[in-house]
Amino acid sequence: MSLRGIFKRLMGERLAFISLIFLILLGITAIVAPYVAPHDPLEQNLSKVLLNPSAEHWLGTDELGRDIFSRLIMGLTAAFQAGLFAILIPLCIGVPMGILSGYLGGIIDDIFMRIVDGIIAIPAILLALGITGALGISLWNAMIAIGIIFTPQMARLARGQTLQIRTEPYVEASKISGAGAIWIMVKHIIPNIAPPIIVQASFYLSYAILVETSLSFLGMGAQSPQISWGNMIQQAYSMINMNPWMIIYPGLAIMLTVLAGNFLGDGLRVALDPKYKKA
Amino acid sequence: MFFKFIMRRLLYVIPMLIITTLIVFSFILLIPGDPALALLGENATPEKIAQIHAQLGLDQPVIKQYLNWLGNAVQGDLGRSIFTGQPVEEAVFSRLGVTFQLVIVAMIFAIAGGLFFAITSIYFPNSWMDYVARFFGTLGTAIPNFWLGMILIIFFSLQLGWVPATGFTSITESPGAFLQGTILPAIALGATGMAQITRHLRSSLIEVMSADYVRTGFSKGINRWQAIMKHGLQNAMLPVVTTIGILFGNLLGATVVIETVFAIPGMGQLAVNSILQRDFTMLQGVVLVLIALIILINFITDIVYALLDPRIEY
Repeated sequence: MSLRGIFKRLMGERLAFISLIFLILLGITAIVAPYVAPHDPLEQNLSKVLLNPSAEHWLGTDELGRDIFSRLIMGLTAAFQAGLFAILIPLCIGVPMGILSGYLGGIIDDIFMRIVDGIIAIPAILLALGITGALGISLWNAMIAIGIIFTPQMARLARGQTLQIRTEPYVEASKISGAGAIWIMVKHIIPNIAPPIIVQASFYLSYAILVETSLSFLGMGAQSPQISWGNMIQQAYSMINMNPWMIIYPGLAIMLTVLAGNFLGDGLRVALDPKYKKA
Repeated sequence: MFFKFIMRRLLYVIPMLIITTLIVFSFILLIPGDPALALLGENATPEKIAQIHAQLGLDQPVIKQYLNWLGNAVQGDLGRSIFTGQPVEEAVFSRLGVTFQLVIVAMIFAIAGGLFFAITSIYFPNSWMDYVARFFGTLGTAIPNFWLGMILIIFFSLQLGWVPATGFTSITESPGAFLQGTILPAIALGATGMAQITRHLRSSLIEVMSADYVRTGFSKGINRWQAIMKHGLQNAMLPVVTTIGILFGNLLGATVVIETVFAIPGMGQLAVNSILQRDFTMLQGVVLVLIALIILINFITDIVYALLDPRIEY
């Protein structure tokens, strides 16, 4: 299927297409956040604490007089960085592991897959906590942990797909005509296992944001003055009696972004797999 | 035959346990530089460093360290907390009950809610109840559980004052207080699972309901309710059993966050505290016990699945 065909099919999935545009806009905002935020998100102003929404402070101010809307925009950066890590690390480590495992089989397959089974048995958030705990608490290490927790799932998926493609006649033909293993993996396996892997990776954006905000909420990710929606909620939790809205805004931001990610994933699945039926 | 099947599954479980324990153990190897320095922070003195080294057996080769730790763990000795000196197994098992009770209530909520939404959605297709079910199924997987917990606290504790916002009472002490204290955290914990079960069950019910034998059933005069209950659920429940095993693991992991929100003294809180205090032996112990529990539950669901599905040969 051509790229253009896929794009057309994705455009047919209205919800997914709107989500894609929404996420692209958020992604751009995440990059230029420091320049577009209406106020300095770190600037404290003790004469303006806990203000209600107004024309100047769209979502009001927090307990230190910081502009909540600007902080929400800055929180995009951590969320999208987590998403980027959660997509890139599994793609760069998990996919090659899975392909090698599936294509070569034998002892490499056994070793890789036992490791994968072992890691998958550990709940994601617990594994992320263990890794951040060991590497040291910081947003950067939390990102690495987020990348690692999704890697074994990706390896398993890539292996399963490779096993299917490996026995296809065109691969056999290529083998008989003398093509090397690396050539076959790059030329035949990767292009053919790409669709399900892209679908899976697109869901990692959502999962990563949920894990990143959870870690930051626990104090294991972003450290003040770094801003994440997770630690915004953590800080707002102590103000729950004064202004519950401070909790509600960042949570809504998480939910909308994750929903968009999920819709995009669902749409990509339909767009990339012509045989897939919608429930 | 069945005994043989169980033994075969056990043979699969044991290497799994060894690999996961190895992963848990190697956490300590991930600490950059000298673990003793990282653990002690600014209070490091040469004597204290030597003490930690001896305590953790860091002067020995890695594989020996692991085997020692594993050997002790099998005998129920998980070492002593670096921070408090308390035996790890003591701390872990005093909190395991709390987390277990919470997870069970959350699972009941997730399964009951999932069944309810999936069935009503299939029984009344394209009605408002169908849309509500689909709405929750979509929203539930996108909502951050710790945030949902706070929203529940804002409404039911602060606004309405129906239930306490934080704290935990064991069911053995007072079942009433237990339910009051557990209901909100259980909902926050189970919401994602409920959404997943709703989605799975709904899509497999849709498939079953359009199957030939169900159509034959309709032509023989069974009504929609009988079709769902007798044919639909019996076939659609099988994948749900597998989901339950996975759900249990996810819920145990998610308690880390939920216990922090609701100030519940369980395993999750212990894990978070031991990370903040750099208490590595404690963290290893907590994670090890949780994983052993998850593998055990998965083992049990595998067997239940085999019992329920006549197509599986032992």
